[in-house]
Amino acid sequence: MYKLESKNLNLWYGPKQALKDISMGVDANTVTAFIGPSGCGKSTFLRCFNRMNDLIPNVRITGQALIDNINIYSRNVDVYEHRKSIGMVFQKPNPFPKSIYENVAYGLHIIGENSKSIIDESVETALKQAALWNEVKDSLKKSALALSGGQQQRLCIARAIAVKPSILLMDEPASALDPLSTAKIEELIYNLKKEYSIVIVTHNMQQAGRVSDKTAFFYLGELIEYDNTSKIFTNPSKEATQNYITGRFG
Amino acid sequence: MRKNFTRKKEKAIELLMSASSLVSVLTTIGIIFVLTADSYKFFSEVSIVDFFTDKEWTPLFENKHFGILPLLSGTLLTTIIATLVAVPMGITIAVYLSEYASRRFTSIVKPILEVLAAIPTVVYGFFALQYVTPLLQKLIPGLSGFNALSPGIVMGIMIMPYITSLSEDALRAIPTSLREASYGMGANRFQTAFKVMIPAASSGIIVSVILAISRALGETMIVAIAAGQEPKLTLNPLESVETITTYIIQVSMGDVPQDSLEYRTIFAAGLVLFLFTFILNNISFWVIKRFRQQYD
Ligand SMILES: Nc1ncnc2c1ncn2[C@@H]1O[C@H](COP(=O)(O)OP(=O)(O)OP(=O)(O)O)[C@@H](O)[C@H]1O
Ligand SMILES: [Mg+2]
Repeated sequence: MYKLESKNLNLWYGPKQALKDISMGVDANTVTAFIGPSGCGKSTFLRCFNRMNDLIPNVRITGQALIDNINIYSRNVDVYEHRKSIGMVFQKPNPFPKSIYENVAYGLHIIGENSKSIIDESVETALKQAALWNEVKDSLKKSALALSGGQQQRLCIARAIAVKPSILLMDEPASALDPLSTAKIEELIYNLKKEYSIVIVTHNMQQAGRVSDKTAFFYLGELIEYDNTSKIFTNPSKEATQNYITGRFG
Repeated sequence: MRKNFTRKKEKAIELLMSASSLVSVLTTIGIIFVLTADSYKFFSEVSIVDFFTDKEWTPLFENKHFGILPLLSGTLLTTIIATLVAVPMGITIAVYLSEYASRRFTSIVKPILEVLAAIPTVVYGFFALQYVTPLLQKLIPGLSGFNALSPGIVMGIMIMPYITSLSEDALRAIPTSLREASYGMGANRFQTAFKVMIPAASSGIIVSVILAISRALGETMIVAIAAGQEPKLTLNPLESVETITTYIIQVSMGDVPQDSLEYRTIFAAGLVLFLFTFILNNISFWVIKRFRQQYD
């Protein structure tokens, strides 16, 4: 059984088809990288798994997206409950205009955690996991907007993992970061793998190679190739994949 | 040649614009000057301590008292009632329009709401006197024909669109990424609206409320028609009260001689009103400066 799976998934933004008949499965406790040229549908596909596309008007979806074998687009799924078990990190850091502490505690409030000591503990653990604790432990009350971009992104990661979701969706989490912050986030992804199933969108081939077990290559809304990362990067079976990873287009 | 002409035209436009902004600045200075000059004359005859402590306002009677408190309480009472009506309703509607309703629905409803602010206030005044007061009298037996409650409520309806419209703008200006962050954590619409969107838009919302309050403070026709003309130091909404604005028209439309102490009372009263709106204005500038969130 796959942790995440899509079956014949199609998605349209108004008249424009952005995803074409995508079927694939992601195993639990692995890191999967989505690669492909800009506009090929990586973010769109990623956002299908926590139904973020529901927020966009005129989106139409056919086919299935399953988590633990349950179609999350079926009628009896409560989308808000469903999202609580999935953490998402966005391409641009988007901390709330609240304190550092309140940012990380947000999800805990949402899942109904009331115990101050449990919240304190979860905030600390999450910040440590996100490699941010040492930098902010004396200023938890300070506004999150006062942090640097890289710190903000690690804060957003802490916010996402504080509620211990089983799945982590990351949309280019390191695209705006310096090499040091990027290295920290990659290390974090490696450590989190034991507990989470992680899907990461990236434009950075080296990064995909370093962090992921499997890699999916998308092109113009289609899933072109999906295989073990080592295979994709050394011996892809499709010419388009070969061209993309060697930088001949995209 | 041609280039020269365009440049001259630009110069002329620039001059015209700075001239018109100068006119508005001069008008403001002129008003403040008249207000303070006449108030100064007033306070050379009436002690400022009496003005702020005397509990009676009877400048037009035999036994003269110059205590502003009764007029001030009438103004504040009607304004507070209006605020209590307008703030919860206005913010609720703003949240509904920005977070729940479809874009299409909002684009139809918002202009309709904004029309509420464009209805002549004299119409609101008669609406309060002819419809709202009789209705309230059915619910509250013994309510007098002139009272603070009815114009207060109607004034609340009148100022509500300021709050709705500006708060909705403030909520809509919050980047989508913040909304997504909240929904991504599993928050529902209610939680997203009240835990994230309203705090993030708080400076805009506060400014909209302050603007609405200033509007209510200065409102004249509604209270003049429906609140009565009895200066009374009370905070009971069921009683008839007189506001500063009502008093000012009462005197300026009456037959009080222009260069008399009685006539100057309206400048002193007007100055008090001006101070209130001036302070509110400064608070809103401070809020804008202090709390503006930097999103990029
Ligand atoms: N909200 C939207 N409304 C309409 N079209 C959209 C919307 N979001 C994305 N698209 C379109 O869908 C296609 C896929 O977009 P998507 O953002 O998924 O690409 P991507 O692979 O993540 O690209 P990038 O690497 O630049 O982030 C693009 O052609 C884009 O123009
Ligand atoms: Mg993208």
